[in-house]
Amino acid sequence: MTIDQNPASAIRVHGLEKAYRKDRPVLRGVDFDIAKGSIFALLGSNGAGKTTVVKILSTLLRADAGTAEVNGVDVAANGAAVRASISLTGQFAAVDEILSGRENLVLVARLRHLPAPGRIADDLLARFSLTEAGGRRVAEYSGGMRRRLDLAMSLIGDPPVVFLDEPTTGLDPQARLEVWQAVRALAANGTTVLLTTQVLDEAEHLADRIAILHEGRILVNGTLAELKRLLPPTTVEYVEKQPTLEEVFLALVGDHGPGDAAPTATTATTTTTGTERS
Amino acid sequence: MTTASATMPTTTHFLGDTAVLTARSLRHITRSLDTIITTAIMPIAFMLLFVFVFGGAIDTGSDVPYVDYLLPGILLITVASGVSYTAYRLFLDLQGGIFERFQSMPIARSSVLWAHVLTSLVANLASVAIVVGVALLMGFRTGADVLAWLAVGGIMVLFTLALTWLAVIPGLTARSVDGASAFSYPLILLPFISSAFVPTESMPGPVRVFAEYQPVTAIVDAIRALFAGQPVGADIWIALAWLVGILVVAYGFAMLAYRRRRA
Repeated sequence: MTIDQNPASAIRVHGLEKAYRKDRPVLRGVDFDIAKGSIFALLGSNGAGKTTVVKILSTLLRADAGTAEVNGVDVAANGAAVRASISLTGQFAAVDEILSGRENLVLVARLRHLPAPGRIADDLLARFSLTEAGGRRVAEYSGGMRRRLDLAMSLIGDPPVVFLDEPTTGLDPQARLEVWQAVRALAANGTTVLLTTQVLDEAEHLADRIAILHEGRILVNGTLAELKRLLPPTTVEYVEKQPTLEEVFLALVGDHGPGDAAPTATTATTTTTGTERS
Repeated sequence: MTTASATMPTTTHFLGDTAVLTARSLRHITRSLDTIITTAIMPIAFMLLFVFVFGGAIDTGSDVPYVDYLLPGILLITVASGVSYTAYRLFLDLQGGIFERFQSMPIARSSVLWAHVLTSLVANLASVAIVVGVALLMGFRTGADVLAWLAVGGIMVLFTLALTWLAVIPGLTARSVDGASAFSYPLILLPFISSAFVPTESMPGPVRVFAEYQPVTAIVDAIRALFAGQPVGADIWIALAWLVGILVVAYGFAMLAYRRRRA
């Protein structure tokens, strides 16, 4: 896959290398390019180096070699300018448990030096269906609520580039769908999203382009259709249409999206399995 | 092709960002006031124990009430145990990921640490005030004038700042909550091998040498003289030299630990 030299790139990474210990390189020359306003998924198993890439791009970590630009600004040379145009949502919901949800949002709005932080907080609480919980301490929130709050905090000040590092880790299927919707809404507004995930499904559903990071290198980079073409041409096979466990779960516990609502189980054999996963 | 304008949001916002973040961690304290009370309880227990149990058997070589003699050391113990909460809170911020959120935002980066340090200052001075209040109830009296009180306050502020920056180091580098706060135990014990509870003259050779040349003795002697309305002499300069020295070294290592997180 070639890296397109599109001037409308929001993120440009070239030859990125990083080793926490000399004998164990984590990144061994990573290249990719993300077009403005697109969702880019960095796919890889645990330890592939996804978080390291995100940390370098969000100026939390210095690269050993290579260059990285965010919005045309070099992350190593001018970290402060990069931080002004990004927002990071890490693997764990980075929220203040002792403060209320609203106070968390006000805190971030103040730190971004925005006028009317209270109004910004109220708007976001409404947008993420947290108005009712807004006055409660975050320690009382469920995992899904924390994640939504976390995302809401990342959107304050409308940063043009958003990094989401495994944003759905530890979420139940419903909360995951809520996060997906929020991510789609972001991209629809022109925000560039770099998403890391180890859930293949997530990349498939959300991303405009997908890159697979493996052992510190990008193996492939392309659209879903391009990646599918890498394998031999499809052969037609007849398979029973069985509902996935996710479809069963969502149909039983709630309604989310027209596509997932009805498990059209034509040959459903064992649909009443215990689905006690949280 | 860098189109970046040389915006410098970090330096100009240092004071504002520090104020916002300090307000945040102060809220942690007002929502768990037990941390201030817990900080004050152990020194108060020591004070009760020493004044009403051991005090009768201790010969301080002067005729001042024992509670007057021992209060300066108790105040130092209060701060020494209180700063461990800074390491604890810092560690929790790092673990929870909110530290990285702050670090990836367009704010003055060092204000994240300064907010914790200023919060420690407020919390510890509140604990110290409680301990002084209990001491007054137990019969502590002082002839100190306003200037002497200000001098004592200044020493306590400097002492808290020095120890808090010391606490920042384990807060940033520890691998567990226990590790983050364990550093404070030796600090709490240090006043026992000083002039805080008994005169150093009563100690055997090597212990006495250690006691006389470690910082707590100079600081305790200076505060004791200020409370008694006596001239402080050279003690205060030795005390200040220790405090500024510890502050500078601890700050340096704390900043080093802070920067190394990005390496």
